[in-house]
Parts: sequence; structure tokens; C-alpha cells
Amino acid sequence: MKTRPNRICNRNTVYRKESGRNGITMNTRGLRSQLKDSVPVAGLCPQGAYGVQDSLRSGFTSVKNELLPSHPLELSEKNFQPNQDKMNFSTLRNIQGLHAPLKLQMEYRAARQIQRLPFLQSSNLALDTLRGNDESIGFEDILNDPTQSEMMGEPHMMVEYKLGLL
Amino acid sequence: MALSNVFETPAAGFNFDNTSRNAALEGLFDGGQTPKPMKTGTTIAGVVFKDGVVLGADTRATSSEVVADKMCAKIHYIAPNIYCCGAGTAADTEKTTDILSSNLTIFSLNSGRNPRVIMAVSILQDMLYRYRGQIGANLILGGVDCTGNHLYTVGPYGSVNKVPYLSMGSGDLAALGILEDGFKHDMELEEAKELVRLAIHAGIMSDLGSGNNIDICVITRQGVDYIRPYQVSEYKDNRKTKYKYRPGTTPVLTEKVVRLKLEVVQESMQRMDTA
Repeated sequence: MKTRPNRICNRNTVYRKESGRNGITMNTRGLRSQLKDSVPVAGLCPQGAYGVQDSLRSGFTSVKNELLPSHPLELSEKNFQPNQDKMNFSTLRNIQGLHAPLKLQMEYRAARQIQRLPFLQSSNLALDTLRGNDESIGFEDILNDPTQSEMMGEPHMMVEYKLGLL
Repeated sequence: MALSNVFETPAAGFNFDNTSRNAALEGLFDGGQTPKPMKTGTTIAGVVFKDGVVLGADTRATSSEVVADKMCAKIHYIAPNIYCCGAGTAADTEKTTDILSSNLTIFSLNSGRNPRVIMAVSILQDMLYRYRGQIGANLILGGVDCTGNHLYTVGPYGSVNKVPYLSMGSGDLAALGILEDGFKHDMELEEAKELVRLAIHAGIMSDLGSGNNIDICVITRQGVDYIRPYQVSEYKDNRKTKYKYRPGTTPVLTEKVVRLKLEVVQESMQRMDTA
């Protein structure tokens, strides 16, 4: 009986990527997969009025500021709804077969198209009913209500951005 | 004013825009001067007795070394048969219990049933785990429902414990000593109230973050008895005089009244469509 020699693979060494910024250390190892879905454009649209970097509100410009999230919850909150959907759909597929998530996703796509123009707030009633959000209250219903947001975008730019013409 | 650099309406929910600014500011202040949130540095306790659940709490809320509120209400209403004591950051416990109470009300309106304690615990667990402990809420939930009398504790990361007697907060070790010594299964109401009172009292005496009065909430199948305060602390400050100013303290030199003349420009009436 052959015995396999013990090999220590260097590839499998676990190394922790930690980025320390002003005393906040975060394990950035898993961030790449989450960042992949959202492409931030560094330096193109700095925060602040008139397009100039607002040093008072966001500190000095640095590429790291704009690429890495500054709060440990930022990415997980942004991706929370898509991740929940993925988990639910894959469970449904395992239990009932491929047709169940396909039908539901078709309904979601149809409901998501019922929207106003980008600079106006749409009620998303059909989408909320499908998701079950009309029967529960969370922080997204109380904090930062988009209908009462203090910032207003320029309508032409927002429509061009949505259509990809910008 | 329409900003030309805003391409999408901001998403609802938590907004993380200021975190980099806060981190930069903390570096500037060289540690220790940023405003601290109001914590409830507390003693809360709960006990299951024969006919229901007794919850107790002290009433002091601190903001680092200063007592911010001497008569803070730490026992929050969740449902007619479920109440919750909260320790940790005061705003977090209040908001979380408010949201929980709203969700359970929607549920009972939809289904026509009284909510169960385990539902409240599950909702809390999901919500707190989602925010990975950033919401600093240590809660003791107690209630009576069709399956019996229950007492649960939920930690800030969503950990749940189901026990017949509990205490949480900064004074929990002192209170737990009293509870461990005096707890028996199937106690009577007066015994249970006395035990909880002693436990909170021990927490008040041994912990700087707890103090002032003691609140007690008794939940039974027949109803809820929220006694606030159950025991007033004997160290009350007695004000020697009244500090309100009598009218006439400041002398009035002259007085001039100018009437605003308003004229009716246009009057229109619109009927409300109540069809």
C-alpha cells in the first residue's frame, strides 16, 4: 500500500489581508468578490457640490478612500438584498426544481420594469408585494427615505446615466 | 438645487457616507474627545414564576461619566403580552424594540392572533445578526403566550439564550448572584417580585452605571402590571427653593403693539372627494 508523502502546500497557507486605516483594521480577503459587482469610478465624480472634492466632509482625496469601503457593514448592506434573493432562489431550485425560481424571476423582472423616470421616486408596489416587503418594517423604511432626500440630481444627467449615454 | 454629480437617488436605509470623515476627525482629536453615545449601563433582570414573568430594571442612563437620564424607561412594550428590557446603547435598544413592535403588530393584524415570544426572538436574531453587532442592544424578552411563560435573552450579535432567570447589563454579575441564591421553580407572585427587586438593588449598589429607581413589570395571562417606579431610591436631591422667576422680575420699560393688517386676496374652496 502506497502512503502519500506529507506535502506542505504553500498555496494553501492562510494569510490575512488586513488594511488598517485610522485604527480600523478590516479583513479585506473576501472583499474582492463583493467589490466585483459594483464598479466605483475613482476620481470621476468626487462628492461635494459643483463636482469639487469636499475636504470638509470627506477628507483628503486618495484612491484608497474611493475604492475600499470605510465601514465594515457597507458592502454587506449594499449586497444584502441580492444575496438573500440568491440564497432563496437556490434553495427553491433544490427543493422544487428549475421551473420555480425561473417563474419567480420572470415575475420579478416584469415588476421591476414598472418604474418612473430615474429622477422621480417610484413606489415599487408590485415589487414590494412580490418580495413580501409590504408586510414588514425595517431600517430601510425609516431611515434615509428617498422621497425626502435633500439632494436632487439634474434630470437630464440622470436619464443619460441610466441609458448609458453619459 | 440640482447637483450635477448625483447620478442615482440615494438608497434607503443606513448611509455610510460620513464614516471616512469620522475616521479622519477622530485622528485629528487625538483620541478621547469624540462625543460618546448614551449607554444605559444597566442592571436588568427577569424571572419566570408560576403564573407568568416578572421583569425588572433600574432607571439610570449614563453618557460616559455623567448621568444623562435619572428616570429612563428601560422596559419597552413589544406586544400586549410581551415586554422587553434593553441594555446597551440607549438609542439602539429603543429603535430596535420599536421596529420589532411594529412588525409584530402588522403580523397580528394580518393573522388575527397574538404574537408569540419566539417570533419576537427570531425577528430580533435575524435583524441583529444582519448588522454584525454594530447595533449595541442586549435585550431580555419576556412574555406569556399560548405555549407558556418564556424568558429569552438576545445579545448584540444575535445569540439567544432561554433560561428561567436572567440578568444583563453592567450590573448583571451582582444581580445574578442574588438570583442564583434565591430562585426556585414555580414561585408565587410576591416572592418573584421581591426576588427581582433584591437583584436590581444589588446591581444598583455594586455598579456605578446603575442607579436611581427600580421599575418592575409583571406579565401574566390576565394582563400586564407595569409598576413604575416600584421602589424609589432614598438618595433624592431636595431642592431648597423654587427656581422659577415670578412674573414682574424683569421691569417692562415701554410697550408698543402693532397690528398686522392682512387683506383677503383670493378665497377658493375645493370639495374633498370622499366617494
